Amino acid sequence: MSTPALHIDSLLDDPSVSILVCTGSGGVGKTTSAAALALRAAERGRHVCVLTIDPARRLAQAMGLTELDNTPRPVPGITGAGSLHAMMLDMKRTFDEVVEAHADPDRAQQILSNPFYQALSSSFAGTQEYMAMEKLGQLRAQEDAPWDLIVVDTPPSRSALDFLDAPARLGSFLDGRFIRILTAPARGAGRGLGRLAAAGFGIFTGVLGKILGAQVLTDVGTFVVAIDTTFGGFRERADQTFALLQDESTRFLVVAAPEPDALREASYFVERLRDEDMPLGGLIVNRVQSVDQSLMTADTAVATAQRLTQDDASEPLTARLLDLHALRLRERERQHHLTERFTGAHPGVPVAQVPALAEDVHDLEGLREIGDLLAQGQMV
Amino acid sequence: MSDLLWPGVALHVVSGKGGTGKTTVAAALAMTLAREGRRTLLMEVEGRQGIAQLFDVPPLPYEERRVAVAPGGGEVWALAVDPEDALLDYLEIFYNLRRAGSALRRMGAVDFATTIAPGLRDVLLTGKACEVVRRSDKGGGDAYDAVVLDAPPTGRITRFLNVNSEVSGLAKVGPIRNHADLVMSVIASPRTAVHLVTLLEEMPVQETIDGIHELQGAELPVGGVFVNMTRPPLLDDAERALALQDRLPIDDIVNQLTEAVVTGDAHAIARTLVREGTDHARRVELEQRELERLDSLDVPVLQLPFLPGGIDLSNLYELAALLTKQGVR
Repeated sequence: MSTPALHIDSLLDDPSVSILVCTGSGGVGKTTSAAALALRAAERGRHVCVLTIDPARRLAQAMGLTELDNTPRPVPGITGAGSLHAMMLDMKRTFDEVVEAHADPDRAQQILSNPFYQALSSSFAGTQEYMAMEKLGQLRAQEDAPWDLIVVDTPPSRSALDFLDAPARLGSFLDGRFIRILTAPARGAGRGLGRLAAAGFGIFTGVLGKILGAQVLTDVGTFVVAIDTTFGGFRERADQTFALLQDESTRFLVVAAPEPDALREASYFVERLRDEDMPLGGLIVNRVQSVDQSLMTADTAVATAQRLTQDDASEPLTARLLDLHALRLRERERQHHLTERFTGAHPGVPVAQVPALAEDVHDLEGLREIGDLLAQGQMV
Repeated sequence: MSDLLWPGVALHVVSGKGGTGKTTVAAALAMTLAREGRRTLLMEVEGRQGIAQLFDVPPLPYEERRVAVAPGGGEVWALAVDPEDALLDYLEIFYNLRRAGSALRRMGAVDFATTIAPGLRDVLLTGKACEVVRRSDKGGGDAYDAVVLDAPPTGRITRFLNVNSEVSGLAKVGPIRNHADLVMSVIASPRTAVHLVTLLEEMPVQETIDGIHELQGAELPVGGVFVNMTRPPLLDDAERALALQDRLPIDDIVNQLTEAVVTGDAHAIARTLVREGTDHARRVELEQRELERLDSLDVPVLQLPFLPGGIDLSNLYELAALLTKQGVR
């Protein structure tokens, strides 16, 4: 069994690929990878738009993003014939725009000022995921858009799977039976309730009202009515995005660090993509210990260091450098072992490994360097 | 550091950027606080079963279980909070409505309320933490000497803890408002300390600094910063200074390697060692710079070392001993 190398450049150069989704658990360098891939694709001649969710300040600055205005801005300083646009997702703004685009001004105002809508659009646990998908759909559908490849970063959720589940959850909630029952009085009809209504629906809403506060229910009710009459079901929109992710022009890149938790999440995600028929590009393992493994084993390094120390009262510099080399070899070995657990369970998934960098990315040059490392894939 | 840290704190909230090891730190803290015959509860709220993995026990149900004994006869208990069950608890406590609760669950209403209603999930989770903190044992003392909450990550922590301000905007009166106020009387008091876990890297340190300002802005009680996975420098200050100027004495290194009868090309090995030494020196320099930024925050900064073999129960004892040494009692 051998693990194929992930050829980043052939992926970036493939004109049939128009969406790249970078996903993985928090803290693995997902956003940075997305930005580096987008820059590399652009400098190889693609016209790229990168959608980042919550970039670190300096990474945002590196791409010339100084404010969150929810619109792709051209990134200056790109070499070659391609181009790069970058944006940060403003989830509330995206939600507002959806409302404004689909409702007449009065109705839109009614929705935007609804307290339930305000809470939902800024704090519901799945809204960020939903709006990232919504934005991706918009970027993709935008007519005469100056890009032919969209690179998407995914929200920093607890689990990478949330990204797939949250939009459907929010969509089915807003569109679902339960909320229809709940808001039935506001619709002036109890149609379809039948036995359920007889079973004491009033008591039930009374209990919910007690828990949530009656005002919340009223707000939810008026919100749903307003939103329902203005545009077709949320679930439908969620379904459309889901289908977009299954399209053969999409590739998922699962990003991980060589640590048990991150690789476990990556494993779950890879399995889930297979279940959902979503095209997997490969696994990117970031933050790999770089070390020259060809010189000597860790044991030899330690033994040599000991020989030097015995001859010398104080531990000489060379002995400590050898100890350092041994530590790096052992760390690399541990990471290799962890990564092998993944590749053993998922043979055939292409893998690229990227060495840990001493410093964070501050500028395009730093992103270029990461792009080079990504393209080299299997590191020395 | 010899001052005792966080006397009188009953609820320790541990947050941190993803990948910094906040579950490990929370577990080590629960272990530390359980020393000498005390009893602590370690809670997780994200449905990850991280505690079960760490303590190598089967997945935790929604039930308090003892997961470890602490040095000196103490006990660490654990609880994985499930928001749906927390809602049913809540219905029972406030409305005596457990049976109605089961009916609601069947109808999908519980799922609705816990996953959809804005902030309610966080209200329930923080509410459960406060219930445990306020609970008395049979003798009238506290059921637990301390509760350690493995909380959502730094980016969400202030909103998570401060959820009742959002609730207040939606529910101006009523039992849910009263409950939220009760919860805040614990969380926004000196009985609580919010800790942030970080690594000595730019991004997590920046998030930690931003997180602390956010917590302070929301008037939530900041505890300390736990710097996790630190590695001691292998080269001394003078050597690192040389390395940073590319002036490590490569000829001496070649000679010493030859003297130690190393097999292979001593020059090639020396070049690699110098390159790695320089890399190490750069990393240490960056770590020291990040540590200085944390030190300037004026909150206690504690350190825990990187453990190469991964974390298991025996390592937790080791980490707990290190926390005790740094003043956590």
